[in-house]
Amino acid sequence: MDLTRLTISEALEKIKNKEISIIELVRSYLKQIENLNKTIGAYITVCREDCERMGPILQEKLDCGENIPLAGIPMALSDNIITRGVLTTCASKMLHNFIPQYDSTVNEKLRHSGAILLGKLNMDEFSIGSSNENSYFGPVKNPWDPERVPGGSCGGAAAAVAANMACFALGSDACGSVRQPSSFCGVVGLKPTYGLISRYGLIAFASSLEQIGPITRTVEDCAIVLNAIAGYDPKDSTSANIKHPDYTAFLKDNIKGLKIGLPKEYIEKGLQKEIKQKLCEALTVFESMGAVVEEISIPMTKYAIPAYYIIASAEASSNLARYDGIRYGYRAEDCESLEELYKKTRSEGFGFEVKRTIMLGAYFISRNCYDSYYKKALKVRRLISEDFKKAFNDIDVIITPTVPKTAFKTGRKDDPIQMCMSNIYTVSANLAGLCAISIPHGTDCNGLPVGLQLIGKPFDEGTLIRAAYAFEKNT
Amino acid sequence: MKDLKEKLMEYEVVIGLEVHAELTTNSKIYCNCATRFGGEPNTRCCPVCTGMPGALPVLNKKVVEYAVKAGLATNCSITRYSRQDRKNYFYPDLPKAYQTSQQDRPLCTNGYLEIEVDGLLKKVGIHRIHIEEDAGKLIHNESGNNTLIDYNRCGVPLIEIVTRPELNSSAEVKVFIEKLKAILEYTEVSDCKMQEGSLRVDINLSVRPKGESTLGNRTEIKNLNSISAIVRAIEYEAKRQIDEVKKGRKIIQETRRWDDEKGVSFPMREKNETVDYRFFPEPDLCPIIIDEAWLNEIKSSVPELPDERKNRIIAEYKLPEYDANFITGSKTLADYFEKAACKSKNPKAISNWLMGDLSKKLKENNVEITNIPVTPENLAKLVEFIDSGVISGKIAKQVFEIMWVTSGDPAEIIENKGLRVINDADEIRKVVIKVFEENPKAIEDIRKGKEKSIGFLIGQVMRKTNGKAAPDIANQLIRKELDRYFDS
Repeated sequence: MDLTRLTISEALEKIKNKEISIIELVRSYLKQIENLNKTIGAYITVCREDCERMGPILQEKLDCGENIPLAGIPMALSDNIITRGVLTTCASKMLHNFIPQYDSTVNEKLRHSGAILLGKLNMDEFSIGSSNENSYFGPVKNPWDPERVPGGSCGGAAAAVAANMACFALGSDACGSVRQPSSFCGVVGLKPTYGLISRYGLIAFASSLEQIGPITRTVEDCAIVLNAIAGYDPKDSTSANIKHPDYTAFLKDNIKGLKIGLPKEYIEKGLQKEIKQKLCEALTVFESMGAVVEEISIPMTKYAIPAYYIIASAEASSNLARYDGIRYGYRAEDCESLEELYKKTRSEGFGFEVKRTIMLGAYFISRNCYDSYYKKALKVRRLISEDFKKAFNDIDVIITPTVPKTAFKTGRKDDPIQMCMSNIYTVSANLAGLCAISIPHGTDCNGLPVGLQLIGKPFDEGTLIRAAYAFEKNT
Repeated sequence: MKDLKEKLMEYEVVIGLEVHAELTTNSKIYCNCATRFGGEPNTRCCPVCTGMPGALPVLNKKVVEYAVKAGLATNCSITRYSRQDRKNYFYPDLPKAYQTSQQDRPLCTNGYLEIEVDGLLKKVGIHRIHIEEDAGKLIHNESGNNTLIDYNRCGVPLIEIVTRPELNSSAEVKVFIEKLKAILEYTEVSDCKMQEGSLRVDINLSVRPKGESTLGNRTEIKNLNSISAIVRAIEYEAKRQIDEVKKGRKIIQETRRWDDEKGVSFPMREKNETVDYRFFPEPDLCPIIIDEAWLNEIKSSVPELPDERKNRIIAEYKLPEYDANFITGSKTLADYFEKAACKSKNPKAISNWLMGDLSKKLKENNVEITNIPVTPENLAKLVEFIDSGVISGKIAKQVFEIMWVTSGDPAEIIENKGLRVINDADEIRKVVIKVFEENPKAIEDIRKGKEKSIGFLIGQVMRKTNGKAAPDIANQLIRKELDRYFDS
């Protein structure tokens, strides 16, 4: 039996029934990583020793009857999530040697839940990119076709879960960085509502847009992981002080009467024919289950990409300013002055896309551009939120394709517009602070996975999970 | 003619201040690290205040309360929906490469303070008060030819108080800062220890011909940390600018550094272009919303302020305005005064001690009044002993010296050292007779009409009794003895 094929719930069941031991499970993942990482490049760091050490400890606790919800589940984190004592690089030369002495809230929570950290996942440097080709540690390949990209920025996370190199993974999503690669790699990716998951320990790229989200193989696994990581964190001022439900309670194969909105703006142009076809099929599936589909309009959505670009790069230009070679990380050698140290360190430590983003972002908030770019982008953002709010008065979830095209070939990373367009359906949920999930829905003629996106009201992950679960069960 | 006009032209100095005050909260503005001054370098910091990747700020509510308190005490409007912004710039003491501050929506705006200079009242506008975080400290290690950084101060909460350019002399600035300091101390917002850098003043100064309404080019003198330095820097800079203008030169808008030892200011090496801090709203922090209930809670925590206290002290203790002004200039001094005065029948005498001997001692020993061996109760007792004639004023000074060293009770000191006034006429008479015997020349002088020599005789009696003889009795006895002498 290939243990790496097990979902979280299956693995937990088998561990509980003593059919398998935690260490067996962990070792099969380590083996899988060993076999595939050279070709896929999903991992930057593999924590073999920690895994070997933690497996027996957790097994013993479990055998003593302790209640540990995710005991022994091998998982991996995108390398922009801080892990105490474990190299955390953000896929950048700038942090190539950075071992944090503190922990992220999500890692702390997962540790307490008994999950085992297999390692840290490759990504686009500092979350900037949509193809995972902007990593200091080399590109990640799509497990379905190594000629193609896995998507980005959390390409390593999606590829690892798709290639059974991790039972689940966490990435972060500022415009689709969890959902777009999940769609490209045929796995489930959730971008939770802004404020549901603590950002403490997520290396900031676009603070007001990004949320940590789970990448799993099934909707059920998604609900299980969400239960483990959601919740108020006093260490994150933007985390919502609310009680969240048990998300596994929404795993019900019943969506009768669910009102689904289809934004007409999303199916107009640039959409791959097969994806459009798949979307129609999906609507039929939902209708057959008793859901009602309505056409809706989100008119401001056409400005979403430029608004996102301005806000994200502005925030990034400030968030990435701290990497100056003074305290940690990369420091350029042989500098005569402070200014030279700054310039050389940042020129040599950051990759091209990161530098482009910083330059643009700094420009957008410079004194003379603030009003015409940044302030305007905030206004657009507010209008997009209002559009969605209005739409959600009449419907429960919005359905869209996750991406307009399936995974593209490698080597196109110098086309930033193309990169951006692959996030055209995902970015609005970030601007409006909504939750959204991408679920696999078959393949196109090249055998590449197609994704379906469901967008929900703020903090209504439950409904998303219910709809996604029903869809999964009926396709 | 033109030269003459130039010479006759009078100039007006226009000054605006930016005052940074460290707040007395126990913990830092965005984390739980302690704010205490000093400490081993880099022992009071954490991932948040050292700006480690992924760390996030959480606003300390007390910081808002303190800033609002300062705003209420300086007649400001309180912004009910305010925001924090990032001020972006690179410097090694600023680990995030941005300072979290407030730009568009500061917590307090449009206040004023009333000051009195040379008997004239003047309202000085306060433009705004906002909260922000302090930076770390660079330590230049000359022997090792390197620079070290101590982040203990990083994230210590500050308020920045910005006045309108409405001050016109060093004297006005001095009074304004003393008043502001008193208010911040009274409200316990800041301990205002200028020597430790918990109150720092930047001066914006320009000059213009009297009567002109547009402002001249200004210079900024940064980080002055004593009132005398502020006064000297203003006087130097005003004169420098007026001299420049008189020579027909233009004032360069620049930042200058004051060298207190040399008594000169000089331009700081800076690029000519103005820095663009690229302010934008801090996305990691939520807007600060002050609702009615919270505001009322803060309002009720504002204590009696210096002006109110001054008026009350004048009314309650019948002190002259001059004394009341002096005493209420510092909260701790006023606290001390009231503790002593409420136990005394003679508050004015207490006030005299505070303005005189006690202030001198504080200065000599460089100590705070909260930290001295002489308790207010003991000072009140000392005054009582003088007033009831148990000891003389001169002896009281001796007793005070002993109290300062031993923190003893004046009653015990007087008893143990035998300092009580001698009221026994027989005892004093014996001394007087002795003095007469020893000073025939003085008596001869008096007989010839040299009245002054009576004082000399009294002095001799006091000397022989170590100052303890009751002066009125000594005086009486000497006159009686003289009469007897001349009669015979």
